[in-house]
Amino acid sequence: MEIPYNVELREDTGLYNSKLGIWLFLASEVMLFGGLFSAYILLRTGAPVWPPIGEHGSITHLLTETIPHATFNTVILILSSVTMVMAWMSLRMKDLGKFKLYLGTTIVCAIIFLVVKYFEYSHKIHEGFVPSHDTYMALYFTLTGLHGVHILGGIVVLAYFFGPGLKMWDVEPQRFTNRIEIVGLYWHFVDLVWIFLFPTLYLLN
Amino acid sequence: MSDSHHEESFWRKYIFSTDHKVIGIQYGVTALLFLFFGFSLMMVMRWQLAFPDTAVPFVGGLIKWLADLNGFASDGNLPADLYNAFGAMHGTIMIFLGVVPLVVGAFGNYLVPLQIGAVDMAFPKLNMSSYWVYFIGGVIMFASFFLPGGAANSGWTSYPPLSDIATTGQTYWLLGMVFLITSSLLGSINIIVTIVQLRAPGLTWMRLPFFIWSQFVTSFLLVLAFPPLEAAGIFQLMDRVFHTSFFLPTGLVVGGEILNVSGGGSPLLWQHLFWFLAHPEVYVLILPGMGIIAEILTNNTRKPIWGYKSLVYSSAFLGFMSFLVWAHHMFLTGMGQGMSVFFQTTTMIISVPSVIILSCFMLSLWGGSIRFNTPMLFALGWIPMFGIGGLTGLPLGLSTPDIHLHDTYYVIGHFHYVVAPGTIFAIFAGIYYWFPKITGKMLNETMGKIHFYTSFIFMNGIFWPMFIQGLAGVSRRLADGGTSYAHAQDVLNWNAVMSYSAWLLALAQIPFIINLILTLKKEREANPDPNPWKATTIEWTDTTSPPLGHGNFEKVPTAHRGPYEYSVPGEDSDFTPQSQN
Repeated sequence: MEIPYNVELREDTGLYNSKLGIWLFLASEVMLFGGLFSAYILLRTGAPVWPPIGEHGSITHLLTETIPHATFNTVILILSSVTMVMAWMSLRMKDLGKFKLYLGTTIVCAIIFLVVKYFEYSHKIHEGFVPSHDTYMALYFTLTGLHGVHILGGIVVLAYFFGPGLKMWDVEPQRFTNRIEIVGLYWHFVDLVWIFLFPTLYLLN
Repeated sequence: MSDSHHEESFWRKYIFSTDHKVIGIQYGVTALLFLFFGFSLMMVMRWQLAFPDTAVPFVGGLIKWLADLNGFASDGNLPADLYNAFGAMHGTIMIFLGVVPLVVGAFGNYLVPLQIGAVDMAFPKLNMSSYWVYFIGGVIMFASFFLPGGAANSGWTSYPPLSDIATTGQTYWLLGMVFLITSSLLGSINIIVTIVQLRAPGLTWMRLPFFIWSQFVTSFLLVLAFPPLEAAGIFQLMDRVFHTSFFLPTGLVVGGEILNVSGGGSPLLWQHLFWFLAHPEVYVLILPGMGIIAEILTNNTRKPIWGYKSLVYSSAFLGFMSFLVWAHHMFLTGMGQGMSVFFQTTTMIISVPSVIILSCFMLSLWGGSIRFNTPMLFALGWIPMFGIGGLTGLPLGLSTPDIHLHDTYYVIGHFHYVVAPGTIFAIFAGIYYWFPKITGKMLNETMGKIHFYTSFIFMNGIFWPMFIQGLAGVSRRLADGGTSYAHAQDVLNWNAVMSYSAWLLALAQIPFIINLILTLKKEREANPDPNPWKATTIEWTDTTSPPLGHGNFEKVPTAHRGPYEYSVPGEDSDFTPQSQN
């Protein structure tokens, strides 16, 4: 027997199965990043100065330099969220060409984000600001690192739907559209986390 | 669906199966083995406590071999370093590899789809992967025993700074936990979606069996409480691998020298994040147990459960409140008076729904014509045992008596009454009760009763003296059981009593194991009664025993009434199935 409500909506809940699944997953992700942010609050309130001064002094000047990069990254991620929605909407309007254009743009944006991040990381590490330098750097690398892993995971899934996963469109278009909706929800969440990380780590110092 | 009935290979059918029933059994067997392993660790530790620094009988050679491998000196006795590792791993294994996979992975997986009339879990492939992720986590934990320096030895709570500077076993522990957390997360998302989306027609929320409600609340706890521990685990990994200082304060002295780290971290941060999971975890352990007990009590009293709605609302309230009590584990950390007052207030509040649930169970017995079969005996034994566990928790929840009782054997006695008899009696009750559904064969009643009475006596023999020792001030986690402490001398003689009880409890499991083996080997009757207990819920009335392979039901059942319509006046029989029109 087939498992019901895989594609179609259940009447009394108004959901298909995986949509509820992804919301629960995102709820757990909120708790994960909630735990990370609460660590930030606890360590910051306990520190005499912020960012703490370590072996190579304070990171403050370096941070001010990188604010433009991080701002650029913020814009890039918001843009990728917009194209993600456009990709989904194109599918709903049965326009596969536009879908590929928008999904491709989303993937490119995500890659640009990681490339910028790579230069930011290597610049900081080069100047001696490694994770063990002080608690700010530890938080910075852990929080942005985990966020980066989420971006990377997102790229893998999006690339799958751009490549081999696209086959499903010919057989089960509704199910494929649902999948894009779900990966889109995940993508928006990852962007949202950055919207919180950006001011917390770069601006509020 | 004739096209789906092709022959499946052995691997697809039994190893990488996506059928919730097979996965449930995989979880059950693996977790029972881990449960036995965790218990064996404790049996060795109990020798050290009763007869400190003497060679362990039977397994002395094995202990010496392991100690050599870990780099500790041993003449067949249990050295203190190994004792610490065994203690930490006993807790970890019992909770994360034994009880949770049993009550959620095994019972939840097997029963939830059957009880709600679903063909499978909502995401069968995810279900399979959550078992295998759990399995990998278990392998990592087990492998850590053979590392230089041994397995994790900072207690199952892994408090830093100790755990930050502990041997490699701690890194394995953290990695293992990441797998176990991921597995729980995937499994509980699956259970929630299954319950919300795949309920049979007519099975409205207030017609769900209480077992389903308990699984529902439990899964929410797992989804929301585990991620902060994952965050904490990542921080600790960073501390250990990249030498950050999340949990290391400035100026920490280790071995007479100031540790070469940046400092600025907070050991309390770990405790907050850890207990934010680990307190809800207690309810993860106990709620599914309550669900099992509710099913068995109402079936064997032949009357509806008393206060179904109170039970449902209480368990939901319990789940919610369990997120607001975590720091009652931390009264003695110096976190401040205001915090203590808040958390002892919420702790008193959370005891109310627990008492409501227990009261409902006791009132359910009133006026029932009780059948004293093995599952019912375990269920009846569960009530006072959980009651003792719950009530002895009250003094711990108040910050003043906790000054005396904190980290003593009283605490150990308290939470073992909750999670050892409290969950394990429920698990045994559940195994005896649902075994005929799973296999089509009834377990032997006589051996079952011997199993119950002996287990009941020896469980109390282990845990009751802990209250006496704890009130006398004996600390937990002492490798010599308190021998070197003057204030412990008067209560040291209880150590041998507890140890003998533990070993006898192991012997008491022999009738259970023989019972399982003999019954499994027995030829199944031609048409086993699918409903031997004369129960009302869908898994008994609408499936065969054992249930059909993929798909469960010949036709999807419809629910027409509540779950516990026993002895309805005017009906022909004393039970009215949920699916009866």
